[in-house]
Amino acid sequence: MAIGDLALSQPQGAYDERRRVVNDFSINVATVNGSGSQSANSVLLKSIFEMGVPVSGKNLFPSNIAGQPTWFLIRASKDGYFARKRDSEILVALNPETVEADLQALPAGGVVICEEGWNESLSPEQMREDLIYYTVPFDKITASVCPEMKLRKLVKNMVYVGVAAQLLAIDMSKVEHSLHAQFAKKQKAFDLNFDAVKAGFAFAQENLTKQDPFFIERMNETAGKIIIDGNAACAMGAVFAGVTVVAWYPITPSTTTIDTLTELLTRLRKTPDGKATFAVVQAEDELAAIGMVLGAGWAGARSMTATSGPGMSLMAEFCGLGYYAELPGVIVDVQRTGPSTGLPTRTQQADLLSVAFLSHGDTKHPFLLPATMRECFELTQEAFDLAERLQTPVFVLSDTDLGMNHWISEPFDYPTKPLDRGKVLTAEDLERLGGFARYRDVDGDGIGWRTLPGTRHPKAAYFTRGSGHNDAAGYTEKPEEYQAIMDRLARKFETARGLVPAPVVVRDEGAKIGFIAYGSTDCALRESLDQIEKRYGQRVDYLRVRAFPFTPAVHEFVAAHERVYVVEQNRDAQMASLLKLDLPAGQVVKLRSILHYNGWPVDAESITEQFANAEFAAKESAPEEGH
Amino acid sequence: MATATPTAPKVNHIGLPILDYRGGRSTLCAGCGHNAISERIIEAMYEMGVEPERVAKMSGIGCSSKSPAYFMGRSHSFNGVHGRMPATASGAAVANRTLTVLGVSGDGDTASIGMGQFVHLMRRNLPMIYIIEDNGVYGLTKGQFSATADLGSKLKNGVVNDLPAIDTCALAIQLGASFVARSFSGDKKQLLTMLKAAIAHKGTVMLDIISPCVTFNDHEGSTKSYKFTQENDEPVNEIGFVPSFQEIAVDYAPGQSQDIQLFDGSSLRLRKLHEAYDPTDRANAVRILMESRDKQEVLTGVFYINPAQPSFIDLLNVVDEPLALLPESVTRPPKSALDELMAELR
Repeated sequence: MAIGDLALSQPQGAYDERRRVVNDFSINVATVNGSGSQSANSVLLKSIFEMGVPVSGKNLFPSNIAGQPTWFLIRASKDGYFARKRDSEILVALNPETVEADLQALPAGGVVICEEGWNESLSPEQMREDLIYYTVPFDKITASVCPEMKLRKLVKNMVYVGVAAQLLAIDMSKVEHSLHAQFAKKQKAFDLNFDAVKAGFAFAQENLTKQDPFFIERMNETAGKIIIDGNAACAMGAVFAGVTVVAWYPITPSTTTIDTLTELLTRLRKTPDGKATFAVVQAEDELAAIGMVLGAGWAGARSMTATSGPGMSLMAEFCGLGYYAELPGVIVDVQRTGPSTGLPTRTQQADLLSVAFLSHGDTKHPFLLPATMRECFELTQEAFDLAERLQTPVFVLSDTDLGMNHWISEPFDYPTKPLDRGKVLTAEDLERLGGFARYRDVDGDGIGWRTLPGTRHPKAAYFTRGSGHNDAAGYTEKPEEYQAIMDRLARKFETARGLVPAPVVVRDEGAKIGFIAYGSTDCALRESLDQIEKRYGQRVDYLRVRAFPFTPAVHEFVAAHERVYVVEQNRDAQMASLLKLDLPAGQVVKLRSILHYNGWPVDAESITEQFANAEFAAKESAPEEGH
Repeated sequence: MATATPTAPKVNHIGLPILDYRGGRSTLCAGCGHNAISERIIEAMYEMGVEPERVAKMSGIGCSSKSPAYFMGRSHSFNGVHGRMPATASGAAVANRTLTVLGVSGDGDTASIGMGQFVHLMRRNLPMIYIIEDNGVYGLTKGQFSATADLGSKLKNGVVNDLPAIDTCALAIQLGASFVARSFSGDKKQLLTMLKAAIAHKGTVMLDIISPCVTFNDHEGSTKSYKFTQENDEPVNEIGFVPSFQEIAVDYAPGQSQDIQLFDGSSLRLRKLHEAYDPTDRANAVRILMESRDKQEVLTGVFYINPAQPSFIDLLNVVDEPLALLPESVTRPPKSALDELMAELR
């Protein structure tokens, strides 16, 4: 792009006005974790947001409390692309441990903001000449505004915010406003941090000559919008779905879902006399957490847990019970990089197969796939309705990227549908009916009617068991009775197909090539499809899947295209595998996979490259053949 | 039967005959201790006038955990997965605080696979009755030792247990259960009285009930057989119970008895049989349990009780109505709440 050209022609010179790069670049803040850089990063991000510029923040942090390398990517994008940009143009180099690699990752013409004297550890060969360097005496500036030694480590980060604001032409009033929001009612902390920002700004103004082309200019793209993370959005969804029992066990990256949920419930769900209309139980492990969720669901509560991959594995046995004994419950799985402990703070979409069939025996579960903050909010609500309607565990598959990163979103809409509490018989119903059979398919949709414990009617009780049962909930080992229940459960799963959220047709241009993606891959794919169109003139269609089981629209989309690329963030093409199980044999051959699974959120370039390799490289090397 | 007498059947104080507390036919072995326990549960619930519909029967996996099918057919029941009854019971109890939660587990279900959940249930003091039908062996898998089998106890095939037993009562006392007792399925009077007191208590009642396995652990050399238990039963106290709906009109020798007021207004009277025994002294209770084990005594009775200890439901500070039944108007905050949250994120 233009940056490279510029750098080659004009390293270390004054920038060329005509080559300004406005609102379209990425800043990589390289620090060590535990240094308090998160507040500074948030303030810078929020300042760009307040300038009206679409912006996203990706925190690539380690599984550690202090001292390990961490990168925070702030991307300004006038076009509204929120995926990680593969290359950041600006590096704030505050971690000597990683500086060498961080420098190498910059494109030609890239910018380095670094500590005075930091480069002494690098050999002259490691100092790239095609970069623009701004050296800043961070420690000296910090010391001048912060007499207290032990606070300096934290305050130092704010100095870079001031330097960046000056260099990128961000209004100081916006920085001040963002800082206010960050430190809410802590005036002293605000003063100290704002002094550091101002000192950084003043230093840049007096000592640095602008050589790079990057600017933030006011836009009007963020008015009325919110900044939120997916875990908070899921938590809000649960609150407005009327969750009453929450049981959980802390696990990264899902923990803040329950932290936020607990805060919100405490704030919004107390009676005037201070009593809670909810219970949050920190369980001893994930086995207990899911057991409590299902016990509460059985008793009629809207219950949920949030976890990540290892927790899902531990919940396997109970989820099989939930499926077979038909117990509602909502499980938010904020997927992280597996297998095993994997990379606990990094992202992946690699729990699809294990969740779809979680547990032993013929078990299958519905799951929902939010891709945006609004969907984290809305599909979490939907999950509660589905769990009670279908009387089964329902999963919401988020991931680290959605769950823990900063996203811009339209504000959430207040739900318009009343809660769907599913098929529950009251004492009055039983009086009228003269009794019931818990697992009898009276409506033909595979879903029986249930009663809640405590229902005051002599015919209300039934025996819930994970062992063989007949439609009256009696114990059985009779082949035909066992099989009848399994067949009904399969029918119920077909009912689910019609109840889960339909896919979103993102692009429908009648193209021969289709794309399927889901969840956090969406933002990178949208950007990639623009690249594909721009660079190759290739028109393609795109369907975003939002749930398993697949609705008929997913089948129709595959049927309507010659080739369908399934883009996802795992090694084993898990969505493509589920599609292959579901599609007619003739359709299966149409599927291709584009995969990204290194733990970092997928970027558009990676998708575009893989697509181009598959579509065009093959054609160049082989003679054209008619399809 | 066809010539039924015209007299009305005997009913309890809520007007129900004992038949309404019965369950399905037991499929356990004839003479199984668990069947006797089921009978005592039926009698205790009947005599206490507990509404069957208000009871939730919870269990895990094993012979013991099948037994809820054999009593109280008018109560909801949840037979879950192995060792995880505490979790499902906790979920149900939190979801509906008005339920009387009765958990039935076994020594394998509790002291091995379920140990993690057991200890955490005890420390929460969740209001429920937790029964261990304790026979020292895995019955359904044909007689392997469980973790409550005593050191030196012998299997039918001659294998000797060389690992120390886990004393679930000592553990429960240490961990915070507020009512801990041991009984024997063969001691009708003690067990029935204990169960009635358990129903009157609020908090975790942990009842370890020695319940001999007639098929795999009732032979010479077993320390969980009928014979061994009868011969070595050493009650620490004699238990009297006066339910809240009856007048207290019993004399007793002062100094020898302790009256404990239970949550529902009932009264538990413990007459001391063991020297220096005080059921409100946790450390002492644990010491006596350990000493009696060394002496090969099967110590029974109410070991520890604290009716004042806050339950998990108290700590959660939840509303009086069952959480499960709260209407949407209570559980879904108004639009203004969402608007406010959105404004804060701008």
